[in-house]
Amino acid sequence: MTRTFTEAAIAGIGATEFSKESGRSELQLAAECSLAACEDAGVNPQDIDGMITFTIDNSDEIGLARCLGVKDLAYTTRIPGGGAAAAATIYQAMALVNAGLCKNVLIWRAMNERSQYRFGQNPNNMQGYTGGHGTGSLLWCIPYGAMTPASWGALQGARYMHTYGISNRDLGYVSVQQRAYAATNPKAWFYERPITLEDHQNSKWIQEPWLRLLDCCQESDGGVAILVTSLERARDLKQPPVKIAGACQSIPYNVEVISNYYHDDLTVMPEAWGTAKRLYAQTGFKPTDMQAAMIYDAFTPQVLMQLEAFGFCGKGEGAAFVKSGALAIDGQLPTNTHGGLLGEAYIHGMNSMAEGVRQVRGSAVNQVKDVTNVLVSSGMAGAILSKA
Amino acid sequence: MSTPTDTAPKPTRIAPIVTPDAKSFWAAADEERFVGQKCGDCGRFTFPPRPMCPHCHSLKREEVELSGYGTVHSWTVPRHPHPFGFREAPVVAVIQLDEGIRMVSNVVGVAPEDMKMDMAVEVGFEPTMNNHKVPVFKPRAQ
Repeated sequence: MTRTFTEAAIAGIGATEFSKESGRSELQLAAECSLAACEDAGVNPQDIDGMITFTIDNSDEIGLARCLGVKDLAYTTRIPGGGAAAAATIYQAMALVNAGLCKNVLIWRAMNERSQYRFGQNPNNMQGYTGGHGTGSLLWCIPYGAMTPASWGALQGARYMHTYGISNRDLGYVSVQQRAYAATNPKAWFYERPITLEDHQNSKWIQEPWLRLLDCCQESDGGVAILVTSLERARDLKQPPVKIAGACQSIPYNVEVISNYYHDDLTVMPEAWGTAKRLYAQTGFKPTDMQAAMIYDAFTPQVLMQLEAFGFCGKGEGAAFVKSGALAIDGQLPTNTHGGLLGEAYIHGMNSMAEGVRQVRGSAVNQVKDVTNVLVSSGMAGAILSKA
Repeated sequence: MSTPTDTAPKPTRIAPIVTPDAKSFWAAADEERFVGQKCGDCGRFTFPPRPMCPHCHSLKREEVELSGYGTVHSWTVPRHPHPFGFREAPVVAVIQLDEGIRMVSNVVGVAPEDMKMDMAVEVGFEPTMNNHKVPVFKPRAQ
């Protein structure tokens, strides 16, 4: 196989239902969504030759390859950083195709993160904090009672909120908008269940005085898979090809995905600024070239900080930008149009990557008009998906 | 006959998870000493502790006594779920130390409603399970 630079595209997306109790193994969820992505593309799963997931996915690539009957796997890798891996999987799949090393790269993430274990609760073992997942500094949080993603996220968001005078009520506009999108998305856990700002304000404190329940993403069971191939091959497959115009990771010095307290200025997400800089340089695009965005929304302040990092508004202006209605379907930047991780499901960001694909294809439930480019961001990584 | 130590409630806070590169930090804390890692060559502080200085790549680590003074750079009160090992929800904070490094800790002796960003704090120690101690911070004495 000659190795020439090859443009990459997303040819298939697949998912299981999103629930609170899948009733089957994580490997089965992985197999089901992977098969769905292959069928969506019209690619035989046996022809997969690259496999990518998150370091913390519990299913073995070999176990999954055995389910799918993968004949000759050429490449496997796993990405650290929890949900930051979401857009990074697309980046690394792109790189493999670009380099001519793989033809059909399968990305998957499947978990029983509600019924089998719970990210939102106190940990019952220290496995995730002892290295190998890009989250080693969490060790320094545990003896102090910062034991959950919300506590880590609040410590990150608090300095930002304090500096710019952003109240918890201000954050509510993010939640209300995303739940409005979820309410019209039949795949969303919160389908037909929109909320008001008062509902947001009446939800219990998770991290006082910063985050309420409705500022936090869900805990979900489910799986999402994406199939990446060459743009040329994608043109001959079942779906309209979605070109990966650019993709990158960015992990600046002293930045860590969530115990992110050691870099100079806690009012910014340096990783998202780095991702933005690389993505725009790689593609020649600017913020106004994006017609929609899917932004990792583990907690609402992180949405505001990413909007600022990607240049959709100025520093400290995220809350006002959202309050102006910018994230709505007819707004300046329709964002998380599936409902996001707050409204649709928490499949570690991969369901937001899939929504980016649907918006470019023109097949989203809450479809934005005239989409050419969509930004998908998981903070430490991002991609621009474009009409081919 | 009971002595005060018999009746004192047993510490319920989780003991620190000690990695090889942080061993001296936690060993000092057990003795109620607050030490930081300073580079033996360029003299700069780093936190969390690590085997190599990121500035000059020296492997010479010096464990030096820190002033114990700092300010609250960020803080939160974990309400739900209730953190394991705490009778009352603690104030968790990112402390900006005078030496220019930051660490996560608790602010004790202050009600959540009286918490303020940038308030001046100083180090103290609290016991954990298994007879260890961890540095925490209290409002700085005027």
